[in-house]
Amino acid sequence: MDRRTFLKMIGAGLATVAGGNLLTPCAAKAEEGVGGMEFHGNLIDTTRCIGCRRCEKACAEVNNLPIPDISENANESILKKVRKTTATQYTTINRYETGKGTIFVPWRCMHCNQPACHSACLVYAMEKQPSGHVTWDKNCMGCRLCMISCPFDIPKFEYKSSIPRVQKCNLCYGRFKKGLVPACVEACPTGALMFGTRRNLLEEAKRRISQNPDNYFHHVYGEYEAGGTSHLYLAAVPFEQLGLRTDIGIKPYPEYSLVYLSAIPFIATITPIAMLAINAATRKGKEKHEEKHEEKEKH
Amino acid sequence: MEKLETVEIGKEKKEGPQIKNPGDFWRFFKSELKPKGKPYTLFNIISAPVMVIGLILIIYRFVVGLGAPVTNLNQSFPWGIWIGFDVICGVAFAAGGYVLAFMVYILGLEKYRPILRVTVLNAFLSYVFYAGAIALDLGRWWNMPNAFLGNRFGVSSVMFIVAWHFMLYMLTLALEVSPAVAEWLNLKKARKILGSLTLGAVVFGVMLSIHHQAGLGALFTMAKAKIHPLWYSEFLPITFFISSIYAGLSMVILEGTISHKVFTHPHQLGENHHNNHESDDDILVGLSRVCAGVIFAYIMLTITLAQYEGDLHLINTTMGSWWLTEVVGFVIIPGFMFIHGAQCRNTSTIRVAAIIAIVGIILNRFNCVFIAYNWYLPFSEKYLPSVIEVLATLTIIFIEIWTLRWIINRMPILREAPEWVKELKEH
Repeated sequence: MDRRTFLKMIGAGLATVAGGNLLTPCAAKAEEGVGGMEFHGNLIDTTRCIGCRRCEKACAEVNNLPIPDISENANESILKKVRKTTATQYTTINRYETGKGTIFVPWRCMHCNQPACHSACLVYAMEKQPSGHVTWDKNCMGCRLCMISCPFDIPKFEYKSSIPRVQKCNLCYGRFKKGLVPACVEACPTGALMFGTRRNLLEEAKRRISQNPDNYFHHVYGEYEAGGTSHLYLAAVPFEQLGLRTDIGIKPYPEYSLVYLSAIPFIATITPIAMLAINAATRKGKEKHEEKHEEKEKH
Repeated sequence: MEKLETVEIGKEKKEGPQIKNPGDFWRFFKSELKPKGKPYTLFNIISAPVMVIGLILIIYRFVVGLGAPVTNLNQSFPWGIWIGFDVICGVAFAAGGYVLAFMVYILGLEKYRPILRVTVLNAFLSYVFYAGAIALDLGRWWNMPNAFLGNRFGVSSVMFIVAWHFMLYMLTLALEVSPAVAEWLNLKKARKILGSLTLGAVVFGVMLSIHHQAGLGALFTMAKAKIHPLWYSEFLPITFFISSIYAGLSMVILEGTISHKVFTHPHQLGENHHNNHESDDDILVGLSRVCAGVIFAYIMLTITLAQYEGDLHLINTTMGSWWLTEVVGFVIIPGFMFIHGAQCRNTSTIRVAAIIAIVGIILNRFNCVFIAYNWYLPFSEKYLPSVIEVLATLTIIFIEIWTLRWIINRMPILREAPEWVKELKEH
């Protein structure tokens, strides 16, 4: 560690004590437009999704995962079951029968504004990039607290490997740096997936709702959920009918561990002083006790 | 000073080893390696083969990874008994180390000094082996140094706090145990220096313990969407810390009961040891009173939190009955038993209460880790520990007990410190 990083650390420590936003590291970034880079994400309009699973195939091709069979026969049998993402499949499409007909719902990492996985990670292997992408890095220790913490149950662990990785959608961060849109968006034939900055996507989502008020349930899932996410959903029916959790609240998840984290500096400073004081207060009694003890031994 | 030293060296020849260089230490250490007890006891016959098999299985785990058949962990249950029992329960049960150190060194309750050393030693070994068992569970264990070295510290992570505190507290406990090692090796100067550091170590250790006992609860604060509301609370760090106090003391009571029956030889207890039932019972009754007080504080807190967070109406569900079983059967009942045992000086009631309280703590931690975690999943998808997970856990427990026994047989842990330590204190 050179002097600069050391000084940075000291500064970071002081910021913690001062109650800065170090404990919820993405809080500052969450306000869009900070640092000249806006959060990016996908708008997922389930009213346009036809369940062709081409996004699943494109995702697998880009990420070197087992290529799924997306022929119509295969779709028919595969879509019978609701599938979660796995360590070898970062995105899935699920089919739900609702009062407004069959609805297909693409499912993958939500790329939260303030990701629980990032603030759970003791080495920040899970990182919220300035562009909004939540990525995983190989300095990870494999403690799996990200899996415990993620309200959307997204990070998946390669249990079968002796060099396991934590796998999830990274919103094609590699392609983004080359100026390309995510593979799933590129593969989508109906425009159900739309890539852009979160600000533009939100505006677009609200525009669609106001232009076709009868076609949509009037809520953008992800605008406020878990403190806001970079993936935004539109649907014709309430979202709990589509397997999306509506009971996770609107508080950014890192704030749940704030009760504990913000108490640390106080306990660290108050308890040692208090204990030394108590020790000093009881010391005299201790000596007397020892004297008595010695007297007893003499007799 | 010089005169004093020559006199002391004269005395040393009668007792204890003479260690002046590493060679001396190595010779003495080799002579101490010989087993001191009977080799074919029931415990040895059971534990030795388990340890051999367990160690092979642990190597196997590092070769093939964590998936089946090694563990039954899956994407829905990332943590099993290696974290839930070895680390989280193991650390809670090691809490006796800081509670007793606080009582003796800070509050000056000299009554508890006879059991202090063995408790602190046990806590130290618990951290080395049980908290150390986290290495088994880490998928990418070779990256462990990343939490301590480098420039990517996850300062907003509870796990970061816990990792650092495990490491620092292990060193602190080593410092608290070190005077016994110095006495064993007959190193007077070292004993004097190490002894003078104890109070500082205790103060630092209690502070660290409050942090990381609470921290284990804080690990679950972001699992709000997954842990059943009756167990989940934003104040889990506080309930974990408070329950660790009586968990640790209950373990002290249980260990005291066992070690009383097991460690009876003169080289363990000392030549001059005479059983003093009166003062032993005093200690037990005192511990029982503390346990009772803390348990009722814990119950008040648990019920208040359930009420405050509006979860009490869930008691009529299946999970609610399970919660009531834990709270009534394994917290309130042992609480009353502790009171009753202390009032009547009935040591067997106290011991049974301690065992029930320990089971209660295990239940509570297991609930947070996998029973009430993802409670809405169907039973077929639930986690049950695999045979290898259980065997590896048993192996770690047995290794801890073997190490503890090896040390108690050699160092002044249960027996009194050698004569020269008293002289050292007077000067």
